[in-house]
Amino acid sequence: MSRRHLGIFTAAVLAAASLTACGGSGDDSAAAPKTLTYWASNQGASLEADKTTLQPELDKFEKQTGIKVTVEVVPWSDLLNRLLAAAASGKGPDVVNIGNTWSASLQATGALVEFDDAALQAVGGKDRIVPAALAAAGAPGKPPAAVPLYSMAYSLYYNKKAFADAGITAPPTTWEQLAEYGKKLSTGGKWGLAIEGANPSENAHHAFTFSQQYGGEWFDSAGKPTFDTPQNVSAIKRYIDFMAADKITNPSNAEYAQNQSVSDFANGKAAMLLWQSAGSNLKTQNMPADAYGVAPVPFLASPPAGGKKVNSMVAGINMAVFKHTKNKDGALSFVKFMTSDEEQTILNKTYGSLPAVKTAASDPAFSATEQKTIQETLATTAAPLPQVPEESTFETLVGTAMKELFADAASGKPVTEESVKAKLTDAQQKMR
Amino acid sequence: MATSTTAPDADRREPQAGSPARRPARRPRGPRRSLLPYLLLVPAIVLELAIHVIPMVVGVWMSLLELTQFHIRDWSTAPFIGLENYRATLDLNSAAGKELLHSFWVTLAYSLLSVGFAWLLGISAAVVLQKPFRGRAILRALFLTPYALPVYAAVITWSFLLQRDTGLVNHVLVDQLGLLNERPFWLIGDNSFWSLLVVSVWRNWPFAFLCLMAGLQNVPGELYEAAAIDGAGFWRRLRSVTLPMLRPVNLVLLLVLFLWTFNDFNTPYVLFGGSAPEQADLISIHIYRSSFKTWDFGSGSAMSVALLLFLLIVSAAYLLITNRRRDDHA
Repeated sequence: MSRRHLGIFTAAVLAAASLTACGGSGDDSAAAPKTLTYWASNQGASLEADKTTLQPELDKFEKQTGIKVTVEVVPWSDLLNRLLAAAASGKGPDVVNIGNTWSASLQATGALVEFDDAALQAVGGKDRIVPAALAAAGAPGKPPAAVPLYSMAYSLYYNKKAFADAGITAPPTTWEQLAEYGKKLSTGGKWGLAIEGANPSENAHHAFTFSQQYGGEWFDSAGKPTFDTPQNVSAIKRYIDFMAADKITNPSNAEYAQNQSVSDFANGKAAMLLWQSAGSNLKTQNMPADAYGVAPVPFLASPPAGGKKVNSMVAGINMAVFKHTKNKDGALSFVKFMTSDEEQTILNKTYGSLPAVKTAASDPAFSATEQKTIQETLATTAAPLPQVPEESTFETLVGTAMKELFADAASGKPVTEESVKAKLTDAQQKMR
Repeated sequence: MATSTTAPDADRREPQAGSPARRPARRPRGPRRSLLPYLLLVPAIVLELAIHVIPMVVGVWMSLLELTQFHIRDWSTAPFIGLENYRATLDLNSAAGKELLHSFWVTLAYSLLSVGFAWLLGISAAVVLQKPFRGRAILRALFLTPYALPVYAAVITWSFLLQRDTGLVNHVLVDQLGLLNERPFWLIGDNSFWSLLVVSVWRNWPFAFLCLMAGLQNVPGELYEAAAIDGAGFWRRLRSVTLPMLRPVNLVLLLVLFLWTFNDFNTPYVLFGGSAPEQADLISIHIYRSSFKTWDFGSGSAMSVALLLFLLIVSAAYLLITNRRRDDHA
């Protein structure tokens, strides 16, 4: 080979090598045994606020174990996609937060460490964990794919002054009462109830609760979708009717998807709000705790046959470990740390949620009305969303159908049993 | 063809005693020398394979699999289902097929209108700014601003402006000018299509303006002088000189704008989020929702392949027709 040819050949080899080198640069931090990467879900008022809350705890963990945890707070709108990308590529963080309703869907990817008895023992033991929270941590009959971290439930938040001004003395306990009170409260540019109408996940959570109260289910026992049953049609119509028929919800709520309904409640533009652990969010928006009351989510005055006494999903955030972690022991010890009594008390106190472990739940920090209501709901009237692999698809399809129904209601188009059924039938047909 | 790259003069020269020409390197070059062009092509071929061909083949293969969350971690294990994804998504009697067809029509209308308006604005601005005048440079820079802004920042600002209660658009239309009695919705319902179109035209027209302005620089001034001597007015000069001279630029510009707009994902995603209103449900968002929101990557791939085929056919037909016209003119 001549010198010139040798030069060309060398250049080609170098070019190819540089290409492969680009593809090969991986997540070095995961390779090092004394570091972990952690994707935390956005729990507080902002990503930065979450980082400020978490960092001292992570420093504490590093001091105890010598393992440095690099945290990235991920907004909810990105979290599921990013988890899926990490699951598919086998690259990404070691430990993650997941919304507990996604547990079975993410478990089906096979990318998460399953918490069998040994793994549960490694993080402190199964018996410490609140049973309802553990039931929303994976598919039935399989070891959980995650460990509960923060527990939440929906409650009815109401503005005490608005209620007093309207002559209402107690929060509504039935939907009929809520509609009636809402009409009294919807005056002077203010509205009875704030709704997050363009947020599919939020819509899907209410779809679940209302459906339970009407005796409906979104999946049958074989896991097949049953979206357009008469019970589900009635349930969805009842919820959309707060805007369409009762007119106790500002039509603008049909385009809300960034927690604007919480802001409307905090600013006094709406007198009622159905939300999970809204307290810390309201505090950051300068609404003092004594300005609002917290009550259980209402029920139907006369439930139809088969109607269940369910007024919330078992909401919460779980912690999961990716199988691709190169530091599984470190990851499990981090999960154990985050679910320890001390950390559970500190973090849940900050976020206004409830501890997912029984031992921390008795702390006086969780005896305020809001926490008591959540506790009561979780203990008696909350049920987990269907733990089926298609759960995240259900949230998207039914939640989006409801978003479209809200858009119809807001623009004055009629929302009828037929139009609701047509949307749900379409959604069901799109399930594969 | 490759041998033509050798220098024929070198072989005709007389070899001198003791000169390097006696060494084997100066022998008449044969097949080994012909490797050079191919070696030079290797990096381009490797890149082309890595960036286009392999992902495309993988995409086509995925469209033949039942690829859901059960197999996403190792997609090669997903069951092979042949054309089932195509049947399910393109069957116009099914809900998925109807929705896809709806998205297709929305996207087609959106693309044609967006490209049309962007081109009209672009050509108008380019013609106006053709002659030098005081402040021309400032206007040029100003017109290009939407193109220079990051997509996310620009579109999210539009989404704030278009909010029903707090947006500036309704504030001006309803409160300040009193043109409307009620505050309309711009981000949901029927108006969402027009909102999307306005944002898209706003983003695209500076590119059309830039290309057409560059094209106008190449039109010889003598043509306008000759046209003026013949008594041609502004419109006649535009029709008989400017537009024909801009033809090559327009051919590429319109095709590129159409393809970009038809595949546009950023604008609707930032404006509406992952679940756009059905009136503005562009095909790119539709495919994204199928793939990443409902975790049906097989169907998403099938729709992508169908879309690619459609765009290939449109591009080929467009180029064929425009080339034929050019040949006719020649």
